[in-house]
Amino acid sequence: MENEIQVPINSDQDVVTARQKGRLLAAAVGFSSVDATLIATAISELARNIVTYAKSGEIRLTAINGSARQGIRLVAHDRGPGISDIQQALRDGFSTSGSLGLGLPGVKRLVDEFEIVSEQNRGTTVTAHKWKP
Amino acid sequence: MEVPILKQGDFLIATIQAALTDADLLHLRTALLQQVVRCRSRGVIVDVTSLDVMDSFASRTLREIAQMIHLRGAETVIVGIQPEVAFAMVQLGLKLEDVATALDLEEGLAHLQQKSESTT
Repeated sequence: MENEIQVPINSDQDVVTARQKGRLLAAAVGFSSVDATLIATAISELARNIVTYAKSGEIRLTAINGSARQGIRLVAHDRGPGISDIQQALRDGFSTSGSLGLGLPGVKRLVDEFEIVSEQNRGTTVTAHKWKP
Repeated sequence: MEVPILKQGDFLIATIQAALTDADLLHLRTALLQQVVRCRSRGVIVDVTSLDVMDSFASRTLREIAQMIHLRGAETVIVGIQPEVAFAMVQLGLKLEDVATALDLEEGLAHLQQKSESTT
């Protein structure tokens, strides 16, 4: 059974809403409070990237209750400018916006699986999974 | 959500009480700096005990606050970073370099007192 929570991301207030919903879902799935914090932090970074680079988009959160494994899927989707060089964006210290540039490589370390699909001028979709140990 | 700033002698104490948006954090930065100037404070404590997420933006803003206040000749201590939050910050690669941290408000105040005694 999968149920998906969609959080529209248009402002910095939505960043807070998305990470709070993510924490609640993580707790419902049975993650420890440490893992729930990692998940909430990852959502915060992904949602902020949407506001900063694409202005608007959405975060989709799904609890995965498989028989083999349980976890959570985070999808951050926008129709923004896209990422021209994904390899570069995944390198620590890289940023085009004057921030620390730790966003994406940092998020990758917070989760178990991480995938980016981006097309220039079409948008970016980041899909991340965190599995229960 | 505005962060209340209390004046206690030579020090200011800002206690974050709920999740903060980016705009709230920037507002805190401005408000703290203004108060430090107005009160001629020697030290500032930012209590983040209630913060359940410290992402790159929050961490960067806190570091900026500490640096600006340092340029004013005052000291900043961040107190109450939760263990889960510390864990996530390290995983994310965030460091609060050059920013003093302490376990709680009491330890933070003790740190500031020590600093201010050693300079007078």
